[in-house]
Amino acid sequence: MNSIFILASLIEPAIGLIFWTTITFILLLVLLGKFAWKPILSAIKTREKGIEDALASAETALKDMRELKSNNEKILAEARAERDNLLKEARDTKDTIIAEAKAKSQTEADRIMSSAREQITNEKNAAIAELKNQVATLSIEIAEKILRSELSSDEKQKALISNLMKDVNLN
Amino acid sequence: MTNKINIFKKFSGYALAVFTLFLVVSNTLLADETPTIDEEIHANVSHEALPEEAKGPIDISAIAIEHVSDAHSWHFWGEGHHSVSAPLPIILKGNNGLAFFMSSEFNHDNEGKVIVEKNGDRYVMFDEKIYYANETPNAYGQYVTLTSEDKEVSVSNPAVLDFSITKNVTQMFISVLLLLWLFTSIAKTYKKQGITSAPKGKQSFFEPLIVFVRDDIAKGNIGHGSDKYVPYLLTVFFMILVNNVFGMIPIGANLTGNIAFTLVLSVATMIVTNINGNKNYWSHIFLPHAPKAIWPILIPIEVVGILTKPFALMMRLFANMTAGHIIIVSLVGLIFVFKTIYIAPVSVAFALFIDVLECLVAFLQAYVFTMLTALFIGSAVADHNGDGAHNDDDEKLVAGH
Repeated sequence: MNSIFILASLIEPAIGLIFWTTITFILLLVLLGKFAWKPILSAIKTREKGIEDALASAETALKDMRELKSNNEKILAEARAERDNLLKEARDTKDTIIAEAKAKSQTEADRIMSSAREQITNEKNAAIAELKNQVATLSIEIAEKILRSELSSDEKQKALISNLMKDVNLN
Repeated sequence: MTNKINIFKKFSGYALAVFTLFLVVSNTLLADETPTIDEEIHANVSHEALPEEAKGPIDISAIAIEHVSDAHSWHFWGEGHHSVSAPLPIILKGNNGLAFFMSSEFNHDNEGKVIVEKNGDRYVMFDEKIYYANETPNAYGQYVTLTSEDKEVSVSNPAVLDFSITKNVTQMFISVLLLLWLFTSIAKTYKKQGITSAPKGKQSFFEPLIVFVRDDIAKGNIGHGSDKYVPYLLTVFFMILVNNVFGMIPIGANLTGNIAFTLVLSVATMIVTNINGNKNYWSHIFLPHAPKAIWPILIPIEVVGILTKPFALMMRLFANMTAGHIIIVSLVGLIFVFKTIYIAPVSVAFALFIDVLECLVAFLQAYVFTMLTALFIGSAVADHNGDGAHNDDDEKLVAGH
């Protein structure tokens, strides 16, 4: 077959193919646009947005976590300070209580001691008084006995009187 | 890595040299044996009757052109009456109304020898074109009037308005069905599996392509408001891609290498570009930023530019796809030109190389067509006068002063 002749037919668009291509292409455009591209593109877009959002929220979460961590540290530090404070207070309280107790017991002891001393003095005084009474009674009894024995005979009475008289100086 | 590239460069250099040599040799051989027109027509007619040795030289260029052309039946293998092909419906708008019949009624005839009569109209097919038949056959039994003029044979019979479902139309229908099935099922997957799961199967192959078209082609060239054009760009991209790939299958049709197909697509691009052209786009064409003295030159250039852009799109895709197929046929044809089997390894090696290249070209041309479409739309809808980026620089310069 002659090549130049067919070559000319190559660059000569056939009306039939133009007709069918136009119809088919428009149909394809409409159908794919409605049933394929629209759902696919919107799905891809939604997913991309989802991924973007997820990344953003991950970033926020990380930031939050960091904040939380620093917060935690702050809280921990506060708790530690609080604990120290509490311990210190407890120690102080303990010291105060001990000191108070000491002071109280001292006073009590002092009080007991003084009352004991007083009682002792009282007892001692009573004993002394008793002793004095007893001694007086004994002395009187002794004196009575002595007197009785001294004055039991006349000579003795006369001796005594003479004795006593001797001492007396009639001046 | 660099070593490999060097080897490849060396290899491709040799390849180019050898390839050029073959082209020159085959051309001279063909030139020596080119028969006269009458002989050729005669040879055509009598091919099948003659034994193998008696046939004239094989006209590889005719076979190649036939290979890339549209046809009324889907030819698989074999020659003439022994060929195995699927008949396709023929739809004609004749003088007496529409005619519908199957291409098998022509009985494999492509030389104007078999008449099909419908509604009182008599049709013959010559070179895959359908004409009104003559009343009487010529000396070779053809019902067409052939006139040869300066090596060119032409049929002077009136042509019929042909709306047949040709091989290309059939493949287009198949590709459209494939695309519809493919992408609606992908869309269903999104609906079924939700958007939180990772893409699977088909979805994982096509999603990056879709995202590439949306982000790199549409957003990259159109910028703000590109979403509106993404469905058109996606349709164009996948329509071209699928048919490029179909065209590479040996029995596939060369739809994207057919000028009618690329014409429709580029006209579609032209329409989309111009109906979306904003005030700046039109003022750039009819009120260019130039001294009024050169307006008479500039305005016609800009107006012609409206047509040349889609015209370039049309020719680029057509020529690239057709050229690839012709090269492969020519390389295989070398075996028949030299009439020796020893050339076969060379032919096969080069054909394989071109085939691999065509795999790249199939994607590349789909990308280029879509990218340029986006670029044209982008320049038509740009906010600034003319091309956005250029004017941004201008404004910066002005602001700087």
